[in-house]
Amino acid sequence: MVKQNVTSAPPEPKQNEDSSELLRELVAHLRQNRTLLREEWVGRISETRLLTAMTKEEIFAEATSVYDSYVEALETETFEALQAYARNLSERIIPRGVETHEVVGIVLLLRDVLARSLFAKYQNDFKKLNRILDAYEPAANRIANTVAVGFVQERERVIRQQQEAIRELSTPVLQVRERLLILPIIGVIDPQRARQLTEQLLRGIRTNRAKVVVIDITGVAAMDVTVANHLVQTVEASRLLGATVIVTGLSPEIAQTLVTIGVDLGKMNTVGDLQGGIEQAERLLGYRVTAIAEPR
Amino acid sequence: MEVPILKQGEVLIATFQAALSDADLEHLRRGLVEQVVRFRSRGVIVDVTAMDVMDSFASRTLREIAQMIHLRGAETVIVGIQPEVAFAMVQLGITLESVATALDLEEGLEYLNEKFKNVN
Repeated sequence: MVKQNVTSAPPEPKQNEDSSELLRELVAHLRQNRTLLREEWVGRISETRLLTAMTKEEIFAEATSVYDSYVEALETETFEALQAYARNLSERIIPRGVETHEVVGIVLLLRDVLARSLFAKYQNDFKKLNRILDAYEPAANRIANTVAVGFVQERERVIRQQQEAIRELSTPVLQVRERLLILPIIGVIDPQRARQLTEQLLRGIRTNRAKVVVIDITGVAAMDVTVANHLVQTVEASRLLGATVIVTGLSPEIAQTLVTIGVDLGKMNTVGDLQGGIEQAERLLGYRVTAIAEPR
Repeated sequence: MEVPILKQGEVLIATFQAALSDADLEHLRRGLVEQVVRFRSRGVIVDVTAMDVMDSFASRTLREIAQMIHLRGAETVIVGIQPEVAFAMVQLGITLESVATALDLEEGLEYLNEKFKNVN
C-alpha cells in the first residue's frame, strides 16, 4: 500500500489489464492507418523482391487479407483463424513456387513496418512506446511463428503426398528380348525405393531367367552416397544370380557426384545411353540386329 | 548331413542342403578339392538353391572352394543363389567377386560347356 503511493509505476496486479488495454490502443492505431501501412508494406515487399512469382495486384490482395488477419490476431490474441488462413494461403502459393524465406520475409517485413509506425507515433513518449512494444512484440513474434510454421507444415504435407505418389508409381521390370530385362528408373530414389527396386529386379531376374539387365537411370536427377552404394550392391547381387548388369544414362551431374564421393564403380558396366546399353546387351546375348530394308 | 558329390562327365556337382553345419561344409570342401583332380574334372558346380540363408562362414567357404578348385586347375560355378540371399550376402560385403555364378544348374552346365568349347 505504502509502496503504491510512493512510486508512480502501475500496480503489479493491474499489469495484465494494462497490457490488453495497450493492445487495444495498438489495434485501433493499426485500423486507423490501415491503408497507409498496407501500402508501405507492399512497397517494401516489392523493394526487397519477395514473392516475385506473383503479380502486383495479387500481392496487394493477399497483403490486405494478411494485414487484416494480423490485426485480428493481435486484437483477439487467438491464433486459430490466422493459422487456418496461413494454411489456406500456403496451399494457394506453394504450387506457384513461393519459397519459405519469402513467406517468413513478408511477415517479418510487416512486423517491421508496424513497429516503425509505432516508433513514429510514440516518439515523444518513450515510456509509453516501451510499454506498447512490450505488448506488441510477443504477439507479433507469435504471429510470425504461426504463419511460418503453417507454411512449412503445408509444404511438408505436399512433399509427403508427392513421395507417396512416387512410391506408388511402380517401376516396371520389362523383358525386351529373351533373357534381357530393362529397368527404367525415373524420379527420386530414396533408400526405401531403392530397396523395393532391388527386390523387384532380383525377383524379375529369377522369374524371367534373365542373363543381362539394363538399368537406365536417365530419369534420375540426383544420387547420394546411400543410393549409389545401393546401386552397386544391386549390381553385385544380380551377378550372384548369374546376370550381367549394364547401367545406362548416368548424367554428368551424377557422374560427378559418384566420382567426388568416391563410390567404387569399378565393377559397374556402364554405357552412355539406353540404346547403347541394349545394343551391348544384345551382343552379350549373341544377337545381331540387321536392317532388312532401308527405313521408308 | 554329408553333401553328395555327383560326377557328370567332366563336371562335378555338389548340391547344398538346407541346414549344413560348419563341419559339413569343411567336409564338402575337402571332398571337392580332392576329387576334382582324382576324376580329372574340368569344372565344379555348387548348387545352393536350397539355401534360404547364407551365413558368413558358408559364404567364405564357397569362395575358398572356388579359389582352391582354381588352383587345382578347374573352374567353379555357383548356381541357384536366391534373390534374398544374394542381397543379404552383398550387404555383408560378400560378393564372391572372382567366382562365376549362374541362375541354375542348367545355366551353370551351359556356362562350363561354353568355356570348355573355347579352350578346345
